[in-house]
Amino acid sequence: MTTAQQYNVNEKGYYGEFGGAFIPEMLYPNVEELKNNYLSIINDPAFKAEFDALLKDYVGRPTPLFLAERLSEKYNTTIYLKREDLCHTGAHKVNNTIGQALLAKRLGKRRIVAETGAGQHGVATATVCALMGLECIVYMGEIDIERQAPNVARMKMLGAEVRAAKSGSKTLKDATNDAMRHWINNPVDTHYIIGSVVGPHPYPDMVARFQSIISEEIKWQLQEKTGTTNPDYVIACVGGGSNAAGAFYHFLDDAQTQLVAAEAGGHGISSGFSAATTFLGKPGVLHGSRSILMQTEDGQVVEPHSISAGLDYPGIGPMHAHLFDTKRAKFFAITDEAALKAGFQLSKLEGIIPALESAHALAALEELGAQPNETVVVNLSGRGDKDLATYMKHL
Amino acid sequence: MNRITQLFEQKKNNVLNIYFTAGYPQLNDTTTILKALDESGADLVEIGMPYSDPIADGETIQHANQVALDNGMSVKLLFEQLAGIRPAIKVPILLMGYINPVLQFGIEEFCKKCQEVGVDGLILPDLPADVFEENYKVIFEKYGILNIFLITPQTSETRISHIDAISEGFIYMVSSASITGAKSGISDEQEAYFSRINAMSLKNPRLIGFGISDNATFTKASSHAAGAIIGSAFIKVVTEAKDLSADINAFVKSVKGE
Repeated sequence: MTTAQQYNVNEKGYYGEFGGAFIPEMLYPNVEELKNNYLSIINDPAFKAEFDALLKDYVGRPTPLFLAERLSEKYNTTIYLKREDLCHTGAHKVNNTIGQALLAKRLGKRRIVAETGAGQHGVATATVCALMGLECIVYMGEIDIERQAPNVARMKMLGAEVRAAKSGSKTLKDATNDAMRHWINNPVDTHYIIGSVVGPHPYPDMVARFQSIISEEIKWQLQEKTGTTNPDYVIACVGGGSNAAGAFYHFLDDAQTQLVAAEAGGHGISSGFSAATTFLGKPGVLHGSRSILMQTEDGQVVEPHSISAGLDYPGIGPMHAHLFDTKRAKFFAITDEAALKAGFQLSKLEGIIPALESAHALAALEELGAQPNETVVVNLSGRGDKDLATYMKHL
Repeated sequence: MNRITQLFEQKKNNVLNIYFTAGYPQLNDTTTILKALDESGADLVEIGMPYSDPIADGETIQHANQVALDNGMSVKLLFEQLAGIRPAIKVPILLMGYINPVLQFGIEEFCKKCQEVGVDGLILPDLPADVFEENYKVIFEKYGILNIFLITPQTSETRISHIDAISEGFIYMVSSASITGAKSGISDEQEAYFSRINAMSLKNPRLIGFGISDNATFTKASSHAAGAIIGSAFIKVVTEAKDLSADINAFVKSVKGE
């Protein structure tokens, strides 16, 4: 027997043995302020009304749940796509940034700092900052700035300042370090919008709550279409894991729905160029929480590799570490090659170009072995416009 | 008695604590620098264990961490380098680092090694006080290792009192809301903060860190606390040093105004 409580965060900020708030004293007052206020703010009816109205009229929710007939035929099962790619700004990330920006305003903050990998979270943050009149600084790895140029341009056009993270692997992990350092230097007037279900408690829980609209909608949409709220499988890609947290959230307690997480296998899990955290990592502390982490024997964080900047992260959120540990979710490592293939396949079969991140979730269909009488929901977390240059190299 | 506790019993002001990164600039400079600091009159030494993701550190120390890791530095190697330094080295030694490498080494094994080689205390900025109290305090005590806590201008008085209650040795007073090496000098606002803390009559002495770089800032900080900590400025000295021992000796003397 399982209960939602078992998979959700406990009062101390832990998911099983994962989570917590491993932060330097300089961040303690900020994180404490958030911890003491986030639930009362999120549960305030006036906040809810404002959040829901923006999700509907600005983001364009609910996003469709689309029966992908040709893809279903190819895998001889029934596949629905949750179209987060149709959100304003092109990915699910905006669900969280709207929630956190509204929360930041209620905490009296006037400046927002954020990290970004693929640039989707940066764009979503810059977007809501423009909408709400907040100053916006986005840290992005130097390498990612190069490989995600269109998103850098979008952030700048939206009025954000994009700062290059030049340390370490110059990708998402280092952008996160620099965003945290910025927050340490500006503790009073700044709110840090973390883009994934990582970071010190309460971030993983807060971000999961804002993204949980995804599984809330899947339930009633599937009920409308099939007469039942629960599919046999929900598949989502996992870097830090925010879209997966949102897609899994309302199914955590429903044992009949198998949760499936697609990690970035890179060139293959044994290649030395991978970001498949649950296959290659072990418990450790990074960015303020205890989770599963790719690291050396000496506890140094390993530089990951993925073709997809959004999955190029050496850890996963503590909630996912717990889902892995308890075997509540099944994890696959999807190679760059398999993801590319799945991206091209969806484009040709359904006329939808998926983000490379989402293509990892689609590629998991190959290994899933879903039966003809079963129903699969794939969370299509983002659209592929930003990845065209990468796709074209492999055409 | 623990060497840090002993130090603060004997010396109530102008305590100079100097930070450097193990394995930097060269892998085997760790003990050379340690010896030079001991001989030149540093009161306390803080050896940084390099980490891939030092989020509380600015560019200078980040860079030193990265170079040290590239040189092949590790926790295991640090304990090998420190083996046999006592009793020749008299200065109390702190190890400073982030929690993950310590967790991977194993907390108990780590404390045991510290005791064996003669390390007196630890500064682990991302180890939360509640986790320490619940899980690790007993282990630290078993091996006679002090855990040094930080306070900042934003730390509430309630929390400062709690930190004071669970601290031994001294409290690391971060001078401003910043990462290391980000600001220099001491402002009026910071002096007001130092005075506010002094008025609390804490049981532990304080050392002021962040923004201390020379005799002027050291003297000013020392007038508000038991002493001060120099990190980034010292890293710059060893980075540019032509003769490590001589240059370290000259720097320490100049900071102390000798």
